[in-house]
Amino acid sequence: MLSHGSGGRMMHQLIEDMFVKHFRNKILDEQTDSAILSIGAAEIAFTTDSFVIDPLFFPGGNIGKLAVCGTVNDLAVSGAEPLYLSVSFILEEGFPMAELETIVESLAAEAKKAGVLIVTGDTKVVNKGKCDKLFINTAGIGRVKEGNRHISKALNIKSGDVIIINGTIGDHGMAVMNARESFNFKASVESDCACLNHMIREVLDKVPVKFMRDPTRGGVATLLNELVGKIGLGIEIDESALPLNKGVKAMCEVLGFDPLHIANEGKVVIVTGEQEGHRILEILKNNELGLQSAIIGRIVSNHPGKVVLKNETGGRRIIDSLSGDQLPRIC
Amino acid sequence: MKYVDEYRKKELILSVSEKLKSVSKKEIVLMEVCGGHTMAIHRFGLHSLLPPTIRLISGPGCPVCVSSQHFIDLAMAYSKIPGVIITTYGDLIRVPGSATSLEKERANGSDVRIVYSVLESLEIAKSNPEKNVIFLGIGFETTAPLTAAAILQAKEEKITNFFVLSAHKVMPPVMKALVDEGVKIDGFIAPGHVTAITGTAIYNDLATVCGLGVVVSGFEPVDMMQAILMLTVQIESGTPVVEVQYQRVVQGEGNKVAQHVLTKVFELRDDSWRGLGMIPKSGLKIREELSSFDAEKKFSVEVPASTEPKGCICGQILRGLKTPVDCPLFAKKCNPSDPVGACMVSGEGTCATYYKYRS
Repeated sequence: MLSHGSGGRMMHQLIEDMFVKHFRNKILDEQTDSAILSIGAAEIAFTTDSFVIDPLFFPGGNIGKLAVCGTVNDLAVSGAEPLYLSVSFILEEGFPMAELETIVESLAAEAKKAGVLIVTGDTKVVNKGKCDKLFINTAGIGRVKEGNRHISKALNIKSGDVIIINGTIGDHGMAVMNARESFNFKASVESDCACLNHMIREVLDKVPVKFMRDPTRGGVATLLNELVGKIGLGIEIDESALPLNKGVKAMCEVLGFDPLHIANEGKVVIVTGEQEGHRILEILKNNELGLQSAIIGRIVSNHPGKVVLKNETGGRRIIDSLSGDQLPRIC
Repeated sequence: MKYVDEYRKKELILSVSEKLKSVSKKEIVLMEVCGGHTMAIHRFGLHSLLPPTIRLISGPGCPVCVSSQHFIDLAMAYSKIPGVIITTYGDLIRVPGSATSLEKERANGSDVRIVYSVLESLEIAKSNPEKNVIFLGIGFETTAPLTAAAILQAKEEKITNFFVLSAHKVMPPVMKALVDEGVKIDGFIAPGHVTAITGTAIYNDLATVCGLGVVVSGFEPVDMMQAILMLTVQIESGTPVVEVQYQRVVQGEGNKVAQHVLTKVFELRDDSWRGLGMIPKSGLKIREELSSFDAEKKFSVEVPASTEPKGCICGQILRGLKTPVDCPLFAKKCNPSDPVGACMVSGEGTCATYYKYRS
């Protein structure tokens, strides 16, 4: 069912009960955004991603830009320097060449900006109606610097550590939704789709980081729930600290969505010690991709395994992973 | 954000809470009828701001939750007819029917599409002239006028492949039925958006005949706390009346245009509510003269007798007799990923709300 691809609980169940069950090995068991491979003396991060977004063009990007950003970010949040990508196209018969060229141009431009080379690929065309316009599959390889191997594993996280995000949440999911559905919201909501590797590199070069991940499908809520599941501690989020675009806030109010469950494509969640947190915040805020960065919460020792949100009116509630099918085909 | 931030001010909420604590003496039970209210109470943690004398119970105001199993089974049967496109509001596709759900039927090849407005269904019908589009009409007086308007538009534009399966319902009979059944309620927090359409007169009997307080409330925390305060004052002073807290939206007479459209298209019929059974004159049926848009008239399908899921106490929850935590399935066998009953599916269902905001 579509819910199995939503990034929420059903997808994780499918991965556990089907893919991990049959493919089981030590590297896969880590279940990080990129696999970390030791090849000779080198440590290599390796990742793959597929893009089936509908519509192909949305405010703030298109499927081509998204394919590069998604892959580059998966490598970058694993502590790797992204180097090479593969890009494969599955095209529906009759797809206009002009649209394809626009998409390929933005793919190339984004790769250049991120400093990665597209070194291999594949092309398939299927009968009309057998796929929806265009799907893209990518793989990416990056070099993991000494001392960054732990970053996707969430080791050494302690009560009191801070949780940082580099800006507003939910922009991508709501931009796609607004582009796809005929709401005609006047709010201008743009996808945050961006390659974060240069900004992340600057942070990692200067300040120790304990954990990093990009909150894509399933949103910040799902990411934090996965994290508490791993570390055996709890998380407390301060609702008033969550950076939120006015348009996204309004759309979520009207449609009844929780922005914490909405996808992002240019955001990274960082966990680190309190002092380091403030230094990281300074670095992020000086980067155009981190102007609205904020400390949104803390690791706590009470309520282990739970993410709790302190809301603006003084109430507290549990934030769960996304369950079911909120917005299919957003990436 | 205007109309939101000012109604979520912490100081204001706390000051109403203080006032409430000084006013409330008797032990009272208030029912919030609308699922949107249940959500707001839990989302903003309002229970913790009430004095121990005031107990809130949730009512039958979530359209997905009260739609009968038969309606879901009928929708599923329609989805299997070749050339049919089912259009529906999102929540409904995950409600388990007797055997399967629309979501599962979609995975099996049925064409089931989520829309955010019934007017999108009309567009789908126009751009797929060779298909039959059936819109699953659910909801109370809030959504029913939209469905009615779509039917009138389809008539005007001579669209002949657009149909509605109506499970639309009206509010007053079910509120009255709960009182008649003996559910202990001292006052109703009445649904703001329903009343914006209907006007307040629909509650007069509850106040004058049944002696119950009724306050029409908005959906922000300040609204709800104020509505609870107004009800408490009424009950403490023994003067039950119909009052409107949600004055920025609700006018006494309601929305005349919407009422007119509603009666032009629909007439009342006895209708079946999940967990509550048949309630006289509580459902909306498409009028005979517009029956060419009525899916039940156009398509005949065999639907076996519906079976309610075993162990599920949605019915008692919808009547305010039990809370989700009383249910042995709650948060165990029944959760948002794998719901057993309808109250766990809808974002405004009592069980889904309890699950989401449990702490």
